[in-house]
Amino acid sequence: MTQTVAVLGAYQSDFRTHIPDHTFVEQAQLAAVGALADAGMAGDDIDAFVFSLAPTHFMGVADADRWAIDHIFAAGKPIFRVHTGGATGGSAVQAGYTLVRSGMFRSVMIVGAERIAETPDAQEVLNLIFDVFYERDMPLSTNTTVGLWTTRYLHRFGQTQEDLARIAVRARRNAMKNPHAHLKGEITVADVMASKVIAYPLKLFDICPRSSGSAAMILGNMEMAKRYCSRPAFINGAAGVTDTYWIGDRLSPTSKFEFVDLGPAAPAARACYARAGISDPTRQIQVAELYDPYTVMYPVQLEQMGFCAPGTALRLDKEGFWDMDGAVAVNPSGGTLCTNPIAVSGLVRAIDAANQVMGRAGAMQVAGVRNAVSTAVGGIAQFFNCTVFGAEPYWAGGHA
Amino acid sequence: MSTPTESLEVVSCEVRLHYNYAVGQVAGRFMQGLREGKILATRCSKSGLTYLPPRAYCERTFERCDSWVEAPGEGVIEASTIVVRGFEGKRKPPVAIAFVRLDGIDSAIANYVDGLDLSDYEAAMKRLAPGKRARVVFKAHREGRITDFSFECME
Repeated sequence: MTQTVAVLGAYQSDFRTHIPDHTFVEQAQLAAVGALADAGMAGDDIDAFVFSLAPTHFMGVADADRWAIDHIFAAGKPIFRVHTGGATGGSAVQAGYTLVRSGMFRSVMIVGAERIAETPDAQEVLNLIFDVFYERDMPLSTNTTVGLWTTRYLHRFGQTQEDLARIAVRARRNAMKNPHAHLKGEITVADVMASKVIAYPLKLFDICPRSSGSAAMILGNMEMAKRYCSRPAFINGAAGVTDTYWIGDRLSPTSKFEFVDLGPAAPAARACYARAGISDPTRQIQVAELYDPYTVMYPVQLEQMGFCAPGTALRLDKEGFWDMDGAVAVNPSGGTLCTNPIAVSGLVRAIDAANQVMGRAGAMQVAGVRNAVSTAVGGIAQFFNCTVFGAEPYWAGGHA
Repeated sequence: MSTPTESLEVVSCEVRLHYNYAVGQVAGRFMQGLREGKILATRCSKSGLTYLPPRAYCERTFERCDSWVEAPGEGVIEASTIVVRGFEGKRKPPVAIAFVRLDGIDSAIANYVDGLDLSDYEAAMKRLAPGKRARVVFKAHREGRITDFSFECME
């Protein structure tokens, strides 16, 4: 029988460039231990595991989920590895949600770790995701393709690099209240503009850091929620949409989805909101935790997820719409621009959104949060997923 | 979670892997076209869509692409950037790259843009801006690789 799904507990480490005194699997273990402690549960209370693991070239051990099984107390239980590039953490949460919702398992732990500082070859690693015959001879990477995206976005809406720079300024300011954030502090638009050019018009401060760290979230059915959590967050909506591999197929009047629009975002958000009973996101959602490793991805998601019309997010930003006390508090955590542990970034977005609903967001807490949404994006905007966390369970088409 | 300790050591490893990727029939025909100074696309008569890079099947109708067409040597820049931080084994930065949609083709294809003065990024980007026209320029010596051609700004 279809089950209501609740968040019972979570853990995220502090994120930084390098964590030399733990190995990859020890990081995953700390997250598993931390989430169990947060939920007041023991290892035996978890029925199944989802391992959130993106490309393993960064940490250098192929299929490291195998290595981690004992460390996360999963031996003897079912485990599923999930990988959708940068969207991995969000997909992992949705896989865990599906396993509980189907009634197959009472509780599921979603756990993962990231480790990026042990190879100096990050851009070369990211170049490997491109087509070997037509694309890999070009310097294509996440940075350079977002350079292409940013050029097209600014050109289309007549906006400037300074408009985007304000997003980075706000992100680092918000992150000052986030004890786990990697980059934080007061910077100015001039600082962003003066940071070194990576792929014009993209500059260093338009780009997330690469972060190491780990995270875990425990989901359970209503029975487990009653037993373990006085104030759970409920996963009321979840949806994900994919797009063509080919960027060039998203740059034509005959494209199914347009590159600039992050094509999968609008249909995924519509499906997610319909499941969660959201008809007016700006009024019904108080917090958005958006996956924004680049400044341009922040306005695009707000526009495509129905928070404002295309081309208006940066203008509304200037008026304070997305501030902590604005129409919607966007990325109170500082978002992915400040912290990007690739394999678990989407999971961290989900944890930060759920914490807002559970009243556990500490100095980042926004008052009166009834609904919060998290997103994850991966594979050069090829994967998009979003999840709505609510203070009450919601069933589209009637209650269980 | 952790406090870095100075005495911690590392175990070092260098991974070297070699691959020989078979190009297959579709990319093989495209690469042969490059040797002959042609850019070949595939077309699906059912959807009317023409694909570059060429595809075996139309990804909208799931029907087999049923003809090859030679793309014209000019088109419009859809997205562009100047790559300032480089990659090993590729051209020395700064380099301009663009996705250009050749006239009559339903998708854009990426390549380097040559012949631009990249000492002033803003001025170069004005010539490279989305909507500007670009032409295909083939190398004299061609080896059946995507780098057999590059783009040049026409405006």
